[in-house]
Amino acid sequence: MTRPEIDKFTGTETTGHEWDGIRELNTPLPRWWLWTYVACCIWAFGYWVAMPAWPLVSSYTHGVLGYSQRAVVAADLAAARLDRAPQTERLAAMPVGAIEANPELFGFALAAGRSAYLVNCAQCHGTGAAGARGYPNLNDDDWIWGGTPEAIEQTIRFGIRSGHPQARDSAMPGFVADGQLTELQARQMANHVLDLAQGNAGQPASAKLYAETCAACHGDQGQGDPKVGAPRLTDRIWLYGDTRESILATLTNGRRGVMPGWQDRLDDATIKQLAVYIHSLGGGK
Amino acid sequence: MANAHARIERSSFLLVVLTLIVVSIGGLVEVAPLFYLEGTIEKVEGMRPYTPLELAGREIYKREGCVGCHSQMIRALRDEVDRYGHYSLAAESMYDRPFLWGSKRTGPDLARVGGRYSDEWHAEHMVDPRAVVPQSIMPAYPFLTRPLDYRRIGAHLAANRTLGVPYDEAMVAGAVADLEAQLQPETPAAAALLRRYPKAVVRDFDGNPAVISELDALIAYLQVLGTLVDVNAFRASGAEQR
Repeated sequence: MTRPEIDKFTGTETTGHEWDGIRELNTPLPRWWLWTYVACCIWAFGYWVAMPAWPLVSSYTHGVLGYSQRAVVAADLAAARLDRAPQTERLAAMPVGAIEANPELFGFALAAGRSAYLVNCAQCHGTGAAGARGYPNLNDDDWIWGGTPEAIEQTIRFGIRSGHPQARDSAMPGFVADGQLTELQARQMANHVLDLAQGNAGQPASAKLYAETCAACHGDQGQGDPKVGAPRLTDRIWLYGDTRESILATLTNGRRGVMPGWQDRLDDATIKQLAVYIHSLGGGK
Repeated sequence: MANAHARIERSSFLLVVLTLIVVSIGGLVEVAPLFYLEGTIEKVEGMRPYTPLELAGREIYKREGCVGCHSQMIRALRDEVDRYGHYSLAAESMYDRPFLWGSKRTGPDLARVGGRYSDEWHAEHMVDPRAVVPQSIMPAYPFLTRPLDYRRIGAHLAANRTLGVPYDEAMVAGAVADLEAQLQPETPAAAALLRRYPKAVVRDFDGNPAVISELDALIAYLQVLGTLVDVNAFRASGAEQR
């Protein structure tokens, strides 16, 4: 190599390359950059020692700090549990019906229940708990499976037709599909159900058919039966809509709405908080 | 010394060789150990390959680009565990080819969506998301009610087997029958399916028993997500601390 040439204006070496009389300076890296780079290297060596870093034959170096993201989240969760323990432990030990009588725990359960509701329940029952077609409104006082805090807790815990052995289970049969009613009779029944909802007695022939076919579950006056999850028919609250077509579809193919059970996802205290919150929404019994 | 790099920079061959060596060290140290370290994939009970119907549903999930808006990865962070449940384990996606962890959450994480909603909810939600969640911005997928094309499902299982998913000969040969059986509860075929794929959910998913639809497959897939491993047992074993 030839001896480096010094640019006379800057006093810096050139690379010796020349294009049309223009020469390239070989400026050294700025010192601050170089020292930052060296500091990063030193930091990296320290990091290898302190933190989990290098793979070994069947394991890896855990580092002198022994950091683990999984241990961190376990500690975070334990700390959160401990924070709430004064209330949640008493809630878990208490029958759900007794919570409302305790103003301090009741307030806690309402707030916690509301946030658990928004995470877990709002997708079906709506943000404001107004329900949707096929998903009951939780703000009214009409309860298909019972509206006491205990009944609500049972529903949340095991669900409805969820497949769990303790889940609430029953079925609205598809009377036409099963051949128990003709299509004409189903249409007659749909009119009768609409009559009942208006507070009318309906046609005598339809009332007779109702007594034979529907009364066993929905009651002789259409008052419903929460033991078998048979909705009351004498109000204007409809799970699947108030149209004749919808009622006819129910009579034809039946209904088997499913609510999942939450026992395995939520802890005892959360389930009770939810039951208390839902009971408080306006229509609890 | 100060000009030693000049030699490397002036020889393109030397530059390429040395670059390859440096990059391979990075790759070897970061990637290779994951294949042999015992702690990479946790030892858990209950993982099994997807049933043919679930696998077909997974293909629809991929085809429709669900992964663009939904992650399947609950990170080990308190707020995620609070909202979605136990953080995801590597073992839970060990039979995913490829994994669908995703990196964007326009919609919620789906790693533990199995059993969270009813089939009916899923069916309504796919056809018209606003019907069940008024504030939803998810696109509607009403066309998923069309029949599922599952003629090649056996080959699909075989391809997964090539990639290391433990499907055996009977599973590949019986793929079409198993796919149909998952929609017919309490039949001998369904019992055979359950022997091959424990904890499979057998029922008609889309509410229309007359057709094996894409919706059937997709809902079967969604309902199995996160349900195979008992994470509470995993937590109790203390294995999570490492």
